Amino acid sequence: MNERLLVLNPAAFNWSMITPVLPELILLAIGVALVLLDLFAPRQRQMLPWMTVLGVSAVLLMNGAMSVPPDTSFMLVNDTYATFFSTLCLGSVILAALMRESYTSLVQSHQGEFYSLLVFSAVGMMVMVASVDLITIYLGLELMALPIYVLTGMHKKEKRTSEAAAKYFLMGVFASALLLFGMSLVFGLTGSSNLPAIGAYIKNHGLAANPALVAALALMVAGLCFKVAVVPFHMWTPDVYDGAPSVLTAFMSVGPKAAGFAIFGRIMLEIFPDLQANWGPVLVLLAVLTMAVGNIVALVQSSLKRMLAYSAIAHAGYALLGIAAGTASGMAAAMSYLFIYLFMNMGAFAILIIFSQGQEARESIDCCKGMAARNPLLALCMLIFMFSLTGIPPTGGFTGKFYLFQSALAAGYTGAVIAAVLLSAVSAFFYLRIIRLMYMSSPEEQPAIIAPTAGIMVALGIAVAGTLFLGITPGVLFDWAQRAMLP
Amino acid sequence: MPLLSVLIFFPVLGGISLLFVERKIETVRLVALVVSLFELVFTLPIFFLFDKGTHLMQFREQHDWITALNINYALGIDGISVLFILLTALITVLCVLVSWESIQDKAKEFYISLLVLEGAMMGVFCALDFFLFYVFWEAMLIPMFLIIGVWGGPNRLYATIKFFLYTLGGSLLMLVGIILLYLAGGRTFDVLALAGQAYPFKLQLLVFWLFFAAFAVKVPMWPVHTWLPDAHTEAPTAGSVILAGVLIKMGAYGFLRFSLPILPQATMAMLTPMLVLSVIAIVYGALICLAQTDLKRLIAYSSVSHMGFVTLGLFALNQQGLEGSILQMINHGLVTGALFLAIGIVYERTHTREIAAYGGLATTMPVFAGFFMVFTLAAVGLPGTNGFIGEWLILLGAFRSQPVYAVIAATGLILGAWYMLWLYQRIFFNAVGEKVQSLSPLNTREIVTLAPLVLLIFWIGIYPDALLDFLRVSVGHLVEQVHGAAGLAAAGTTSLMPIP
Repeated sequence: MNERLLVLNPAAFNWSMITPVLPELILLAIGVALVLLDLFAPRQRQMLPWMTVLGVSAVLLMNGAMSVPPDTSFMLVNDTYATFFSTLCLGSVILAALMRESYTSLVQSHQGEFYSLLVFSAVGMMVMVASVDLITIYLGLELMALPIYVLTGMHKKEKRTSEAAAKYFLMGVFASALLLFGMSLVFGLTGSSNLPAIGAYIKNHGLAANPALVAALALMVAGLCFKVAVVPFHMWTPDVYDGAPSVLTAFMSVGPKAAGFAIFGRIMLEIFPDLQANWGPVLVLLAVLTMAVGNIVALVQSSLKRMLAYSAIAHAGYALLGIAAGTASGMAAAMSYLFIYLFMNMGAFAILIIFSQGQEARESIDCCKGMAARNPLLALCMLIFMFSLTGIPPTGGFTGKFYLFQSALAAGYTGAVIAAVLLSAVSAFFYLRIIRLMYMSSPEEQPAIIAPTAGIMVALGIAVAGTLFLGITPGVLFDWAQRAMLP
Repeated sequence: MPLLSVLIFFPVLGGISLLFVERKIETVRLVALVVSLFELVFTLPIFFLFDKGTHLMQFREQHDWITALNINYALGIDGISVLFILLTALITVLCVLVSWESIQDKAKEFYISLLVLEGAMMGVFCALDFFLFYVFWEAMLIPMFLIIGVWGGPNRLYATIKFFLYTLGGSLLMLVGIILLYLAGGRTFDVLALAGQAYPFKLQLLVFWLFFAAFAVKVPMWPVHTWLPDAHTEAPTAGSVILAGVLIKMGAYGFLRFSLPILPQATMAMLTPMLVLSVIAIVYGALICLAQTDLKRLIAYSSVSHMGFVTLGLFALNQQGLEGSILQMINHGLVTGALFLAIGIVYERTHTREIAAYGGLATTMPVFAGFFMVFTLAAVGLPGTNGFIGEWLILLGAFRSQPVYAVIAATGLILGAWYMLWLYQRIFFNAVGEKVQSLSPLNTREIVTLAPLVLLIFWIGIYPDALLDFLRVSVGHLVEQVHGAAGLAAAGTTSLMPIP
């Protein structure tokens, strides 16, 4: 602890210590710059999205290229695991910024705040995924969540977004409290907040059977499950995802969720590996329940956005299956899946944004009717995303699910995997309904859709390319995820 | 030259190139025809260079694909798969021809789907890596889903969703089975390596039923056949022909390629339920045919019955049964494909599938009546046609190992003659129907579409060794493999008798 206090003394401060957090600092500077630009150069506002995209891309590249040997006595490390997840999270920020540009022209509000809050949230995600200390994990989590609470309620005149923001905030705080309670128990038992140190302490002192530790485990799992929206802690998700602006829903269902899974995986595999027999079956059960609720409730949705919200819940269940396996290969599979999900889900939401034109009334799935005849290119993109979300080759959704099922079977969860594949078949029904409406129904009289902006088309292009590329050559991603999981 | 890769990707690329062709139906269909004809030409080297004297895989290709999971891009064919490749290429050409006039709306998308589908079907028959096989197997669903759903009949939405969900559900269970084998078999997806191992019996049983879920739906075996009549009825002619000609063969092919050699003990243990289901399919399918009022539905149910024969021969597990089963798959592909083509041709003129609306067609379309007679007789299994050889071999094989089932199955032949000839009578004879009075006779394109099938029906019927020679060694090896592994080597030797 004492070395860390040295930070307070500038003369004795070892500047090389900040190298691992350089990307985070730069990102923070970008966020501040965006606020200032919005404030002092209001006429240059159309620059904001592109500045965000460029800045975040630069940080992403820099973060990927930086290889700092992890030092576990630090609170933040820049290991391969962190790099993988921060690439994923920053990717979701870039896509969201690209998509927002189109959205803005439709709803005209709060441009500068949106981008700066998005970037601040990205800083939080980067801190989360790089944390090896309970304190920084919590700090990162809050730093990520607070801007999103604000973003959710940004259209304050719209009733449903205000409701969503309030729900999200209350539930988020509740989950944080649970997590914090669990963390404090762990700290009390082991006297450390550093993950590897806690793990070693539990192992050396045989704490695995300690009921207090099991209680801490339960509390932390519950808190984390809230964050990644796993049944039965998912109640907030449909309303929040439905109420938030579409572009934010797209972002929330990918970036923050992935960051949540990152700390989920780190905590489970570093603190509680010895208790895997306890949490493994529980998480498998939760995963199957999540897939069941997500996929079955999605069947009856008449709003495309709400359907995608439930589909997001279901997909969290698939990813959770990988963590539940409790193996490095399982975690690598979950990571690969989340990465593929980034492309297919953001792509589907991009289409939703174009189809709905920022109007709640047009978020109904009926808006897809006859889309293939009116806009064949967009319909083809949506077809690819829907097949990918179902998990049909040659799309990324299939390879991702395949890897997940493989690692879950290797861990011995045959029954759960059979349930998972059957629920995948169920999910085909509502994904196919979209394709059916687009390709097999005659178009209805509908106002023409405004030509999508360049930004959202770029986002769509990236999403389609990513979905197909990872469907055909997923080896690149699997190798990367496996490398990220090596100790 | 990577011949098999060419066979798989040439039609896919052809389909993609259609994207850049102008949106004029004349150009689009011509390009599609040229692509499918070239594909047929590309299969000729396989036909002539194929070494009939070995059971080993030929034309092999192997490349690393996803090294993280030891997945390879591995292709190869043996006597069991070679004929299906030829069949697929032929059927696709006929499908393009029969769609020439009938597909007017969104023609470009239709031909793209058809060609991509052809590539995926080729892939299914060539893949030697289980993962690769699964990719092609599932990828097939997308174009087929669109073909039925976009260009199908009035009730197409229901039919296509049902088709997709049935197949997907089964396939996903197979995926679990594939991964279980992968984990138990030393982390490899190599089909040949997986076949050479002794798995615990319990695992074999589990995987057998998981595979069964996929293959039985595809065949389709009773009681998971209910998607087939709907899909067949609602699909456009080309879709029905592909379904009957190739797609439903893949289920039986799956049993042959995977279940039998990889899970021999489980197969031996599960013979009785498989045979019972086969016999039910034969008799039940035939009886349902007698009650049909819809042309396409009748042929669809006859497929259920005929595929029952195929699975019966398959699970007879001897040389004759298996040879007959594979030959019958080809025959059924040709004959049922031909029947659907013929129905499509007449449907284009009358726009009805009601049998009652027809009658006296022989007076207005005499040449067509001649063609249909040949197809009917082949479907019934008249000696001299290909249907006879296939059914006879199957029954011969079944009598040797499972006489009781063979006897029951043989009643299916009688029922088959009944419903087919009765159908022929109702359509072509009787009083001339109102809709039939002013029908134009067959045009050249239609004759060109049907003629090769007639030739093949008689060629196989008179000289079956032309095809059986391809199979013999591979089937013999498969029989030995199954019986040898199941500890019943004695049964294997008796079944190696030459075909009379």
